Formats: sequence, structure tokens, C-alpha cells
Amino acid sequence: MTTLNLLINQKTHQLPAGATVADAAALLGLRMPFAAAVNLQFVPRSQHALHLLQDQDRVELITPVTGG
Amino acid sequence: MTHDDDALILYGERFASRLLLGTSRYPSPKIMADAVAVARPAMVTASLRRETAQGQASQEFWQLLKAMAVPVLPNTAGCHSIQEAVTTAEMAREVFETDWIKLELIGDDYTLQPDTLNLPTAASQLIRAGFKVLPYCTDDLVLCRKLVDVGCQAVMPWAAPIGTGRGPINPYALRSLRDRLQVPLIVDAGLGLPSHACQVLEWGYDAVLLNTAVALAQDPVAMALAFAQAVSAGRLAWRAGAMQAQDSAQASTPVLGTPFWHQT
Repeated sequence: MTTLNLLINQKTHQLPAGATVADAAALLGLRMPFAAAVNLQFVPRSQHALHLLQDQDRVELITPVTGG
Repeated sequence: MTHDDDALILYGERFASRLLLGTSRYPSPKIMADAVAVARPAMVTASLRRETAQGQASQEFWQLLKAMAVPVLPNTAGCHSIQEAVTTAEMAREVFETDWIKLELIGDDYTLQPDTLNLPTAASQLIRAGFKVLPYCTDDLVLCRKLVDVGCQAVMPWAAPIGTGRGPINPYALRSLRDRLQVPLIVDAGLGLPSHACQVLEWGYDAVLLNTAVALAQDPVAMALAFAQAVSAGRLAWRAGAMQAQDSAQASTPVLGTPFWHQT
């Protein structure tokens, strides 16, 4: 398989096999600070460029917002 | 009596203010920042959401948060499962660079009532992971005691459902909690007026956390100051010790020597 079908922030995206969390963040044009989870598991910043995504992974990339 | 004499102590950390303030729903970011500046809260709450609109709003909020230089209390708002809450807390710890977490685990979307059955398990997992957990909970005594048992060094019962501004709807439950638990208690959610905040501080609550009551006031900055002063007044009253209410009238002006008075 050369293409990964991913659900990134609830929207379908495609990335080449071998893509990492960092690639998913780059796809959305995210700037720091943001945090990531894959399939509901936290992925620390130090692992963003190392964590290989798998086909059908659900990726959450979140940033700071106001809150109560 | 100075602030230093009477600091709010949570997980061993000292805070000069007993007001925790939310950052949502203000008319503008500047008004929010001004409200924080006048209220000087112990902490401000913040959250995490999926990126939208190329991150502009998020970047602006982040810069504002940095400039305010007030400790941040991230929340897990919107989480419906233990796993969601734990993962969100881990993400919040990395982004906001803090171990503090306001644990929200929603059990009912209409009332935003906390999932009281799963809250202690979520709190326990987070405490084991090194978080300083402030759990948003109901005013149920057994639940709050359980949260303390799993390691929460403070708990945050609601006064009323989030955003309703109704004030304490069950004073008996809140006062019972205060009588039964020794840990710091923070009323979180449901306050609408400074008098509500003053009231719970008079009952011995250690602090309040609020957002909507300030953000949706006609003048949020003035209301933020009003809440800060009400919290101070309530705390001072608690420490001063209130008189007992009496059933019969008792003249406060001395009766002896009253002019024109004569015994009948």
C-alpha cells in the first residue's frame, strides 16, 4: 500500500505510506503549540516525527482555545 | 490581615486570590484580558480544540495567555469517557506546560452534569500520572469523599449547571459538604452574581471558579472586579465568624438612659 487513508480531525485525508504525525500536522499547516493523539492515545511532541501512521488511523491535532 | 496571611493552598501551592476565572464567551479578547487584569485571579481556565481557520484565533489566544502571565488551568471540557479525558489531559499538559488539570467528564449533554460514576476512576488515573487534579463534580457528599480518597487534594462541586447563573440551588448539600470534608472546596459552575460567590465563601468554601457570569455581563471588566471583591468579602466574613441568627429582636442601641422612656 502506498497511500494511507486517515481521519485527521474528523476529516478524511490521504498521506503516503511512511507518513508521521508531524506530516499530518504539516498537512493542516499547524503552528506550535499543538498536541497530538492517534486512535485516542497521546503522542508526545518528541515522537511527532517518529510515530508512523497506519492506514485508517484517527488523528487528533488540537490547539489552545478559550475555556471555562 | 493581608493576602499573604490567608493564601489559597492547592496541592501545596499558594495563591493570593480565591477567584479562578474562565476565558470563554467574552465580547472580545481585549475585554477578556482586561477582566483578568482587574480581577487578578489565581488561575485562568483554558481548553484545547481541533484547529480551525488556519489557527489564527488559536495563535492570538496563545499570545494573550502568555502576556497575561496568570497560571493556566486547562480543562477536559467535552470529554465523555475516561480515555478521552486522560488523553486530553496529557495533551493539555504538553501544550500548556502545566500539571494542573480541571477534570471535566460529562455524563449528560443537556445539563452538562458530570459523569459521577466514572469521575473517581478518571481522577485516580490522572493523579497516578502526576497531574494536580481539580475535578468538576456535583455536590454529592459520597462522590466528593471518593474523589478525595483517590487522591484529589481539592474538589470542585457545582452550584448549579454550567452557564445557568442560578447560584447555589442546593445550599444544604453545599454546606454539608463543607462540614464533612477538610480539603479545599471550590464552587465551580452555576454562579451568576457576586452575592452568590460571597455566599459560598461565607459558608467556608475556599474559592470559586466562574466564567459566564463575568463574560456575559454588560460590562465584563466591572463584573470581574465585583466578583473579586465579593470573594474577598466572603472570605473575610468566614474568617471573622458570623453571629448566630436570633428569633427575637434585640435592640442594638443601649436601652438604659433612653430619653422620654418610662416604665408602664
